[in-house]
Amino acid sequence: MNGSSYNIFTGSNYFGWSETHGVLGVLQILLPEIILAVFSMIVLLGAVYSSKNKATSIVFWSTASIFLLVSIYIGFRGEAVYTAFGGAFIDDLFSRFLKVLILLSAAIILILSQDFLKRNNLFKFEYPILMTLSVVGMMMMVSAGDLMSLYMGLELQSLSLYVLASFSRDSVRSTEAGLKYFVLGALSSGMLLYGSSLIYGYSGSTVFSEIFITAAADGKPLGFVFGLVFITIGMAFKVSAVPFHMWTPDVYEGAPTPVTAFLATAPKVAAMGLFARVVHDAFGGAFSDWSQILILLSVLSMLFGSIAAIGQKDIKRLMAYSSISHMGFALMGLASGGLEGVQSMLIYMAIYVMMNIGTFAFIISMEVDGKPVSEIDNLRMYSKTNPGRAMALLVLMFSLAGIPPLLGFFGKFYVLKAAITSELYLLATAGVVASVIGAFYYLRIIYYIYFGENPRALDQTYSIFNQTVLVISALAMVLGVVNLFGLEFLSEIAASALVN
Amino acid sequence: MENLLTIMIFLPLIAGLILMVFLRGDDAAAQNNAKWLALIATLATFLTSIFLYAGFDPANTGFQFVEDRDWLLGFSYKMGVDGISVLFVLLTTFLMPLVIASCWEVKHRVKEYMIALLFLETLMLGVFCALDLVLFYLFFEAGLIPMFLIIGIWGGANRIYASFKFFLYTLLGSVLMLVAIIAMYVDSGTTDIPTLFLHEFNSTPLRVLGINVLGGVQTLMWFAFFASFAVKMPMWPFHTWLPDAHVQAPTAGSVVLAAILLKMGGYGFLRFSLPMFPVASELLGPFVLWMSVIAIIYTSLVALVQTDMKKLIAYSSVAHMGFVTMGIFTANQQGIDGAIFQMISHGFISGALFLCVGVIYDRMHTREISAYGGLVNRMPGYALVFMLFTMANVGLPGTSGFVGEFLTIIGVFKVNTWIAFFATSGVVLSAAYALWLYRRVVMGDLIKESLRTITDMNLRERVIFTPLVVMTILLGVYPALILDVIGPSVGLLVENYEESISVYSHSILSFSKH
Repeated sequence: MNGSSYNIFTGSNYFGWSETHGVLGVLQILLPEIILAVFSMIVLLGAVYSSKNKATSIVFWSTASIFLLVSIYIGFRGEAVYTAFGGAFIDDLFSRFLKVLILLSAAIILILSQDFLKRNNLFKFEYPILMTLSVVGMMMMVSAGDLMSLYMGLELQSLSLYVLASFSRDSVRSTEAGLKYFVLGALSSGMLLYGSSLIYGYSGSTVFSEIFITAAADGKPLGFVFGLVFITIGMAFKVSAVPFHMWTPDVYEGAPTPVTAFLATAPKVAAMGLFARVVHDAFGGAFSDWSQILILLSVLSMLFGSIAAIGQKDIKRLMAYSSISHMGFALMGLASGGLEGVQSMLIYMAIYVMMNIGTFAFIISMEVDGKPVSEIDNLRMYSKTNPGRAMALLVLMFSLAGIPPLLGFFGKFYVLKAAITSELYLLATAGVVASVIGAFYYLRIIYYIYFGENPRALDQTYSIFNQTVLVISALAMVLGVVNLFGLEFLSEIAASALVN
Repeated sequence: MENLLTIMIFLPLIAGLILMVFLRGDDAAAQNNAKWLALIATLATFLTSIFLYAGFDPANTGFQFVEDRDWLLGFSYKMGVDGISVLFVLLTTFLMPLVIASCWEVKHRVKEYMIALLFLETLMLGVFCALDLVLFYLFFEAGLIPMFLIIGIWGGANRIYASFKFFLYTLLGSVLMLVAIIAMYVDSGTTDIPTLFLHEFNSTPLRVLGINVLGGVQTLMWFAFFASFAVKMPMWPFHTWLPDAHVQAPTAGSVVLAAILLKMGGYGFLRFSLPMFPVASELLGPFVLWMSVIAIIYTSLVALVQTDMKKLIAYSSVAHMGFVTMGIFTANQQGIDGAIFQMISHGFISGALFLCVGVIYDRMHTREISAYGGLVNRMPGYALVFMLFTMANVGLPGTSGFVGEFLTIIGVFKVNTWIAFFATSGVVLSAAYALWLYRRVVMGDLIKESLRTITDMNLRERVIFTPLVVMTILLGVYPALILDVIGPSVGLLVENYEESISVYSHSILSFSKH
């Protein structure tokens, strides 16, 4: 139903590896990625040769500022579409939208992490470096125009995240989380590779635009469809869609909280972006094939994520299930297809990231007697000890539950609208029912904060930055009702770069 | 005057924000400041609504005081009132100062309480004024948040269960409506309510999941809206959240819930179901009428056996809302006039009854009927006020309760005499439970030791009840005060409804002969 995007090979205004612009042109296209990669190498060298402790703080701040600067640079890159390496790397508005989102969330989470890491003896320069590398991987992912660059980006991202998940190497749970993440991640990579090999075998190319031609043709070979299914499964692992979500709760719970915060935001955006890129650029002609899978993944994720979260006692596990359910909603947008589907997915992800950053800013600072805690029980009557922060959390919880007039509602609204426009009425109904079930566990947190008995005291020590992020995020949830901060327009031009 | 509605709607919100940002501390002085600011804000809102009423022209059946600004996605921030909604606005602004005054003795987290009530007022006013579907939905559902907190934080012993049930139950209804709202938007390309009145939704039968649906898309959308409004009203059998919520909510919460929040359901039926889905309303009208009658009789019987005063009044509210739904779905002038009248009058009466319970609850901290008896000996003033509202609840001629019930029964008599017959028996039952409650609580000798020192109403309580007493009697003897305002708008609604029905009548006739 939706055509291919751009013809990468015939368009004269695109430049490629062997064309006149040569190496310099390519460097220019990849400049943001190159800056970050080179930056991480320099920092790695510098930190090794200097006394570690002094430099670490500088590394954190400089990494965060370079994320910020690069995101500004990308934001002002204009509307032109550039491709490099024979179409393997695409730099368009769609990828720029996602890259800005990834970089900004990574920068904020990096700063949020500092306080936690310092207190738990994890304040090491490897942390920002690993984060930078995974961000480079994510940027590759959303710009991928070829199965090989897709895999490269995905692995760079994943490998850095595996290490980050087990960053607290003396903690059994953290190493367990890292290992579990690695094993299941490797499994999903295997599936992705197997699918890629099938696709390559049946279409004769790894470039999306070539695959598109085979996908759009009538009478696709069965093996090609198998390849499509395997690739979809591989990506479903990355966005932790049910039934490929098993790693999520354990990894979220075991990883150090700042890493969990990171896992819940930027990689999800990148994986969703990649998902959209692959299904539209490579398999755009096989809409009916992949949309069925996506509908199934979406329904299962929304319902399972909502139901399984009900019994959780640990807020990190709860956020894991919550993210599963949110991914179900984003997949609903994607499954609806077309410009509107992608646009609603982008809006949903942007809002999801804003909400999660705020919520994790709070979770990162949850401590009792100087030790990080994550049991929801510790929030009893938090509204008494700290009304301001409790109020901010209340707003975020209602927003996560999708109650108007908060921003979370608009995310759901756009997704539902895309689904209904594509006549997926049952999917939309399943979604709203899941959101009611999901509302229960967000309300449960509010219950602990406001209605609970036997007050517990969380430590009042938290960095001013965490508090500011929490409050700003909560305010954004409320003020977004005015115009969604222009998200509607930005996501529309981003989506129309992918679908036209 | 052109921004009057916006000013009126957001005045309480601004007062709430001021409290939230500027008021610090929780000592007696701060509590007093919070209460006074809330009272002044709600009074000022009432004053602006008086301007609204003064400037309102009943003869004009269109929307008045319309404001229209662009918003997201082609939606608009569009506000306006017509004859149907203007009185609900007035009811809200009239009751809110009384509600604030009624919680003067609250000591627990007063500032937050006032903020929640002020926010709630803004959201309720928004519901009645919104002229854009999505905007309406925004206000409609956002109202759950403050109400959830009011029940959960300031409620009784079993407040957690009640607040969760309230929230999830109503949310489930609302989200189905959301799906229908989006479907309407996709179908018609607009969410502007006056434009949607003119849009005809397809009513050719369809098959959904193997079931033949008469009235097609209209019926499906009608059911989605019905899910939301029937829960909100609440209609039997979707009413089970209401007794729990009422019993556990603090007095102010109960008053707001019974007097205003329940009316959103009836307002929704009038604003959306009847004018936008006339064919479906016509097809399903008998179904609603019978459900209403079951509600009237069943909940009246349930009310008879209650031991908790608030629960009794809650069930009586469900019964009275049965008259409202019955009146609305007769789709004739008397029926709808009566339904609106009944909603307004029930706003005063049920609010007053919950306040009556609040008066003795504040003194004795129990709502068990068996804990009282013979209050007339110590509280003559209270006995008088309670009697007046009991009689109004029963529907005694001369009180506002009579007019609404009478008009709805006339309306339904034109449609179906059997339903009118059963509904009238409900009036008798309401006399039974209300008078029996009054006898057990107020009459008889004062035997209970604990009641010997109970005091009559103080000045504050008398001041709260005075306007309610005045309105109940005034509307009872001079109903034209309401009927003149709503008449033309209801007339237009009925006219359009009948016109749409006659256009579709050939198809409806063929359906009814199945």
